[in-house]
Amino acid sequence: MAHFPKPAEGSWTEHLKIDTEPVSYADSITPEHYELERDAIFRRTWLNVGRVEQLPKAGSYFTKELDAARTSVIVVRNLKGEVRAFHNVCRHRGNKLVWNEFPREETSGFCRQFTCKYHAWRYDLDGALTFVQQESEFFDLDKADYGLVAVQCEVWEGFVFVNLDAGNTTPLRDYLGKFGKGIEGYPFHKLTQVHKYRAEIGSNWKLFIDAFAEFYHAPILHSGQYTPDEARKIQKYGYEALAYDVDGPHGLVSSWGGIAPPNDRKMVKPIEGALRSGLFGPWDAPDIGLEELPPSINATRNPLWGMDSFVFFPNFMLLIWKPNWVLTYHYWPTSYNTHIFEGTAYFVPPKNAFQRLQQELAAVSFKEYGLQDGNTLEATQTMLESGTVTDFPLNDQEVLLRHLHRTALQYVRDHQERTAATAS
Amino acid sequence: MPNVLPPDFADLEPFADWAIPTERARYAKRVASTMDELQAFYDAAFPRLQAATGYLEELSLDDIAEDEKRLLWLFCALVTVAFPVEAWRQPRVPDSGAASIDAVVEPAI
Repeated sequence: MAHFPKPAEGSWTEHLKIDTEPVSYADSITPEHYELERDAIFRRTWLNVGRVEQLPKAGSYFTKELDAARTSVIVVRNLKGEVRAFHNVCRHRGNKLVWNEFPREETSGFCRQFTCKYHAWRYDLDGALTFVQQESEFFDLDKADYGLVAVQCEVWEGFVFVNLDAGNTTPLRDYLGKFGKGIEGYPFHKLTQVHKYRAEIGSNWKLFIDAFAEFYHAPILHSGQYTPDEARKIQKYGYEALAYDVDGPHGLVSSWGGIAPPNDRKMVKPIEGALRSGLFGPWDAPDIGLEELPPSINATRNPLWGMDSFVFFPNFMLLIWKPNWVLTYHYWPTSYNTHIFEGTAYFVPPKNAFQRLQQELAAVSFKEYGLQDGNTLEATQTMLESGTVTDFPLNDQEVLLRHLHRTALQYVRDHQERTAATAS
Repeated sequence: MPNVLPPDFADLEPFADWAIPTERARYAKRVASTMDELQAFYDAAFPRLQAATGYLEELSLDDIAEDEKRLLWLFCALVTVAFPVEAWRQPRVPDSGAASIDAVVEPAI
């Protein structure tokens, strides 16, 4: 029942030189393995922590809790307009430098300098220690030795990344590889209308990436988005992607257009018909001044194209939709079986109330279906942890899941080898 | 009580308590409502939304008046309420249990 052609090898999985054996989820069910991932993955890779629009002027800052990487960072725009990042820790006695009310919650704002709540040590926007309370009481203290600990920080297409590995030598752009380069030029800076959602999810972080890296589940779990007759038709049809690709640790699924707008109005619910919008976005695409999509977006130039979903390892997904809007997903682990999920929709600012409502429907649809995904993940996690079943057959539409788990395992193995080499 | 919505939408005044400025609060009101209450709001507001496309397209967000803002929020609430009425047949998303996904950043208007 092939609707779209597959590579000459007969499957995407074999084409991408990935094995086809059943998969183990032993990497998702123990605290011990998670501890390895924290050091091997989250302290060693480029992590997307925000967008430049969150830092509109010199002195704008936000904090990001990176529990998986065992730290919190301050991201700030300095007086020269550069985006910089620092570990969020005062050099005096280790207090968290920037927080409000609740030490574990993220915050943002604007300041000329950072002042510690504890003893009022002050740091400028470049992290230099500028003031020590009762400085003469200290012993040979040279303020130049006690600036904030800098974190590598780079910006790609307006997305701000940090890397906690002080010894990292791979520039962000190289790390993002061919997908990153092939997306450059997309006008993300024009999509400044933001709807951001956050959820605490009771599953390993990789399981939610799994859920969003395949659409095999969509016609079943999310059948409620269609009228009953249409849902049955779509279940029979199933799901096939236009194309899959991998590049280093990263992955891509390119998908057909779905229902934005639908070929048949019967497919959509009344509110979608009234607002000409839905899960796939407003049907009327705003002008974003793009004559041709950058080469990695709809790379196969398929006329049926609807959306590309890029999985940038380890925990950043970037979805670019045909009707000129963008979704990002982030998965921030908090333990082996919990994580914080963030979903952020970016639209061109609406010109009028109708466009505002079209965007509201797209954002709320994402939330409704996300709620179904989130709870299903907790159900999966509990039974994986039972250990009753240990091998799971994945199909060809789930190739990115194999790639993700294989990549994460490889990072852990490389880390173990490095650690063993250092120890011996 | 004085009217809070634009005069053309006076028939929706009985549902003015749905003119709520944040998505999180709109969703909270939805899950705290019965299906009968949701259906009544939907039945009154949906035909008005269908007929108001032109009006809403003319409504700029730059200099939007307070009563028009409330109308926009009321229709945002209708978007949220449409899911239980048109799809789920219950106020909560099926099988979502205690799970929640909360809006943490959303447009001011």
